[in-house]
Amino acid sequence: MAEPLLAVRGLTMRFGGLVATDGVDLDVAEGETLAIIGPNGAGKTTLIGQLSGDLAPDAGTIRFAGEDVTGLPGPTRSQRGLARSFQITSIFPEFTALDNVALAVQAHAGHSFRFWTPARAERALREPARATLERVGLGARADVVAGTLAHGEQRQLEIAMALATRPRLLLLDEPVAGMGADESQRMVQLLRALRGRHTIVLVEHDMDVVFALADRISVMVYGRVIASGAPEAIRANAEVRRAYLGEEIPA
Amino acid sequence: MRSRARALTLVAGLMVLGLVPVVAALANQPFYLDLFRRIMIFAIAAVGLDLILGFGGMVSFGHAAYLGIGAYAVAIPAFYGIHSGLVQWTLAMALSGLAALAIGAVSLRTSGVSFIMITLAFAQMLYYLGISINAWGADDGMRLARRSQFGGVVDLTNGYVFYYVVFGVLVALLALGHRLVHARFGVVIRAAKSNEPRMRAIGFSTFRYKLAAFVIAGAVGGLAGALLTNQTEYLTPSYMHWTRSGDIMVMVILGGMGTLYGPVLGAVVFLLLEDLLSAWTVHWQVVLGPLLVLVVLYARRGLWSLLPGAIARDG
Repeated sequence: MAEPLLAVRGLTMRFGGLVATDGVDLDVAEGETLAIIGPNGAGKTTLIGQLSGDLAPDAGTIRFAGEDVTGLPGPTRSQRGLARSFQITSIFPEFTALDNVALAVQAHAGHSFRFWTPARAERALREPARATLERVGLGARADVVAGTLAHGEQRQLEIAMALATRPRLLLLDEPVAGMGADESQRMVQLLRALRGRHTIVLVEHDMDVVFALADRISVMVYGRVIASGAPEAIRANAEVRRAYLGEEIPA
Repeated sequence: MRSRARALTLVAGLMVLGLVPVVAALANQPFYLDLFRRIMIFAIAAVGLDLILGFGGMVSFGHAAYLGIGAYAVAIPAFYGIHSGLVQWTLAMALSGLAALAIGAVSLRTSGVSFIMITLAFAQMLYYLGISINAWGADDGMRLARRSQFGGVVDLTNGYVFYYVVFGVLVALLALGHRLVHARFGVVIRAAKSNEPRMRAIGFSTFRYKLAAFVIAGAVGGLAGALLTNQTEYLTPSYMHWTRSGDIMVMVILGGMGTLYGPVLGAVVFLLLEDLLSAWTVHWQVVLGPLLVLVVLYARRGLWSLLPGAIARDG
């Protein structure tokens, strides 16, 4: 078997006395969608932070596309093809939606020590950005100032910015957080369209979303992965049911 | 049309500045030539500061340092008999740019209050260096024997010629600044102010861009300093004093942070107020203070945003 796209070994992170991730092992194969679930405080967001390079792990290694990226800073990992979305919407609120995505394209289109040509006149930035907005269903909202978009639309914009970097792996931190039922459904549709064409690591609380999207599920509790496997196997796993008090996972 | 109104406001403003010498000549009031030349010199420094303060969100509280370096870069060569403006002004921009590179390389690793304090500390260090060098006038400063020479082509001793040189520098700076803030570089600077973690996540190492902006702002400050010594025909370390940094910052905030033309308006209002009110009282800042408070409270993008057609974002 070929080396997985993402291979995590023994990833550990402590905040003072608190162990946020405790020897996490994960493998994600190319093209696969892995969902990471677990109760609040299980260390899921910390894990995403370590994978994206925002947090430096205390121990463990992260191999991505066959190379050790453990010591690389976030921007370099993005250049290697790792893209993330944030649990709390993180966009450039005073820029238009199209400007937001064009900026993500710009980050991967050579250096930005260009002082003369208006960035908005660069077709090499605007056209891929517009195409990506269309892809996430925001084509008609391109010229709206991002901060005035509806919450669900801002979440879509997050996905568009991640996609515009042409990533090999998408790290999605609770993409439907704070969404209403309609918005949430639209997001699931969007993510389903990405499935298979992109490798995805998805952290999510909403079990309907997880079971609709995941090829595989890993369950984290108190910083450890207690179970990994196909959705049906996880659904049937007694330890997992106990961690969730047997309530949140529909039988 | 808003963009039309904005263009008209801008052209009207530049025409006023361009016509000051004519009015001063007709009214036989050469004093206004002097005053508005001084205003424009500070406007140049303020526009430079706004590039990092307003557009880039880097609250540099030591911008007078570059003003001082530029002033020394004119006065010291002149002291040793080198009067070439080309040499002096190039030196002014190069040295202040280099200083900004060093100061920025250290201070940009911090943010918030630490950043403000470090930039302030560097500027004060240079100030104390200035007052301690006896050979170059120490805290008395020294007279500039001759204004910068341009091979007889441009004669700065003629107040009108000097005025239009400063005017030309300001207009060129605004034109270049307009290109810069809308080009890739400017977009990166503005976006880094808006959301740094997002910038990192989409793949930008923002440090080098912020540092480059810091250097550009420093070099512009140096040029303003070179013009300022020529204006006063005097060098004093007080050009680097922290209160001077504060003045330039107030001009930017008053006129409009993150707008290109706001700092020019800020310099005009600040220095006109100083001129008019200091005739009445040395405590003229008693008026400036409340004005600044009102602007900060009610016109977050400064006085410029109150003018017809001026929209804040595009400056």
